[in-house]
Amino acid sequence: MSRPLIETTPTAVAGTRSLTYAEALNEALREEMRRDPRVFVMGEDVAVWGGGGIFGVTKGLVDEFGPQRVRDTPISEEAIAAVAVGAAVAGARPVAEFMYVDFMGLAMEPIVNQAAKIRYMFGGKARVPVVFRAQEGAGRGNAAQHSQSLEAWFAHIPGLKVVVPSTPADAKGLLISAIRDDNPVVFLEHKALYNLRGPVPEGEFTIPLGVADCKREGRHATFVGIHTMVHKALAAAEVLAREGIELEVIDPRTLVPCDLDTVVASVRKTGRLVVGHEAYERCGIGAEIITQVVTAAFDALDAPPIRLCGKNVPIPYNARLEAAALPQQEDIVTAVRRLVA
Amino acid sequence: MAIEIPAALTPERLRGMLRTMLTIRQFDQRALELYREGVMRGSTHPYIGMEAVAVGACAALDPADRITSTHRGHGHCLAKGGDPRLMMAELLGKATGYCKGKGGSMHIADVEAGILGANGIVGGGIGLAAGAALAAQLAGRDDVTVCFFGDGALNQGILHESANLAAIWKLPVVFVCENNQYAMSARADKFTSVPDPTVRAIAYGFPGVSCDGMDVLAVYRAVAAAAARARAGGGPSLVVCATYRYFGHHVGDPLNYRDKAEVDAWRQRDPIERFEQTLIGRGILAAVDIERLRGEVAGEIESAVAFAKASPEPEMTALMEDVYA
Repeated sequence: MSRPLIETTPTAVAGTRSLTYAEALNEALREEMRRDPRVFVMGEDVAVWGGGGIFGVTKGLVDEFGPQRVRDTPISEEAIAAVAVGAAVAGARPVAEFMYVDFMGLAMEPIVNQAAKIRYMFGGKARVPVVFRAQEGAGRGNAAQHSQSLEAWFAHIPGLKVVVPSTPADAKGLLISAIRDDNPVVFLEHKALYNLRGPVPEGEFTIPLGVADCKREGRHATFVGIHTMVHKALAAAEVLAREGIELEVIDPRTLVPCDLDTVVASVRKTGRLVVGHEAYERCGIGAEIITQVVTAAFDALDAPPIRLCGKNVPIPYNARLEAAALPQQEDIVTAVRRLVA
Repeated sequence: MAIEIPAALTPERLRGMLRTMLTIRQFDQRALELYREGVMRGSTHPYIGMEAVAVGACAALDPADRITSTHRGHGHCLAKGGDPRLMMAELLGKATGYCKGKGGSMHIADVEAGILGANGIVGGGIGLAAGAALAAQLAGRDDVTVCFFGDGALNQGILHESANLAAIWKLPVVFVCENNQYAMSARADKFTSVPDPTVRAIAYGFPGVSCDGMDVLAVYRAVAAAAARARAGGGPSLVVCATYRYFGHHVGDPLNYRDKAEVDAWRQRDPIERFEQTLIGRGILAAVDIERLRGEVAGEIESAVAFAKASPEPEMTALMEDVYA
């Protein structure tokens, strides 16, 4: 694995250990597979490759649970999704992995037309407890077909839940909740976060879907963002603090359901809103969050909200071009300074 | 030549199979009428002419076995034990329907009864069937899944992906292709690269057989053999049934792509008349018994229509219910 893009110092918290984001996900899968024999993992290179997954998320699972429950698949994304949906309807609890979210373009039919709609179409008489895991995001020079952030595609579809953890603890607690959920959950990790270390509670630990987390309190402006943007905002907040500007950083953690109340309460306190994500700006989740906030709390806003998103362009390979296509820490600092001026 | 009747098919079961074929035909004839009267919305895809496939295949299954169906799914649902009253109520969009009026003709399902749904996407059920078979295999159950799909789905990518996966994992699934000769206006023999789709199975390394889809006993024999193989851990099979839809793709089909002589030729081989003659010839039923059966079925369909018409509309609160569990 190449040099991590997000560097943080692990903090010691009572009752926790320091794990990487990938280790935390691995622990969630392992614990749920031990707890519930119906849970199984399937995907490309999840068992044999390097002992489990190109990012190590499924590492060692095949040794403990065997090749029946940790299944390497052929490169057949539509079948991976469809078979997982069929298995879920018939009583299993699959966790289907897509190596890159970009490859889910090949699997949209079973996810969008089958998984998301089966319960409704069947009048509530079916359950589809499936997790579609994938990693998204840019920053590693993987270029246009391996770097996208496509969470808005899935958030658009009624019937799907969408989870986007930014820390090891969130990754573990949310993945366990996703596996236990009786609905199809699209669980999107970020490739630049896999080596990020952080405290993860010992023992049984879940985080409910639909509860935002305030990662840093502040009173002058609210930043709402996901994945790497949470970490860039936390770093920006340090810079701004030295200027006397207190930035509040909210991570919604799940986009469907979305904890709008926490976001609105923060905006009511600060009066200013910046949203951020790596995904393309046009029709991104930031547009939805701003619309919801404006509708719910127009009176509380002291300035027009600002979007800091990926440019509306395929992700380029060249390092400087790639960095320019993505919102950066300095963009957050500049935007917040402008908002509070 | 004397027609051999498989030993497992007792006179009682044969009578039941004929009854189900009559039910499917009368159900879809009535559905067409309701559609033309404007009582039904959306579209309806009649299964008329193809009854031998659904009934022959489902007769080879146990109650715990599963099926996935297609947009032309009324026949599959009835053959797997679906209740015509709940189906008719669904066609009329009523709260008492299988899907509370929210699915309609193309999404009728009864998961508890092993009917994993009709499907509005051509080939949409193929991967689901492989997945249901995987769930059975993982749980150590011996149930099998029959996947119905039409000749149009032969050229969907999901069939290739699922057939390969089912083969390498030896999934207990039977792929039943209903070759009714046309995918809307696209003739199977012009739009599929090989004249006989059964040869596709060779590429996946599992058995592929063709059978006369107008002969319920031929379909039964082929699917029973494939299901037994799947149940014993032998993996998937492909059964291609040559059949024909007497009516258009749906009401409003211009039908400019086939001529009447062709339709008449297929109607000469009507699966219901043929099965009736077999049962009469073997002394299992008399003509008068069949007339009585036809009358019973007609009464049942009329009662289903009456039930559907008398049923309430869904409450408006149903709109936002059942999106999530």
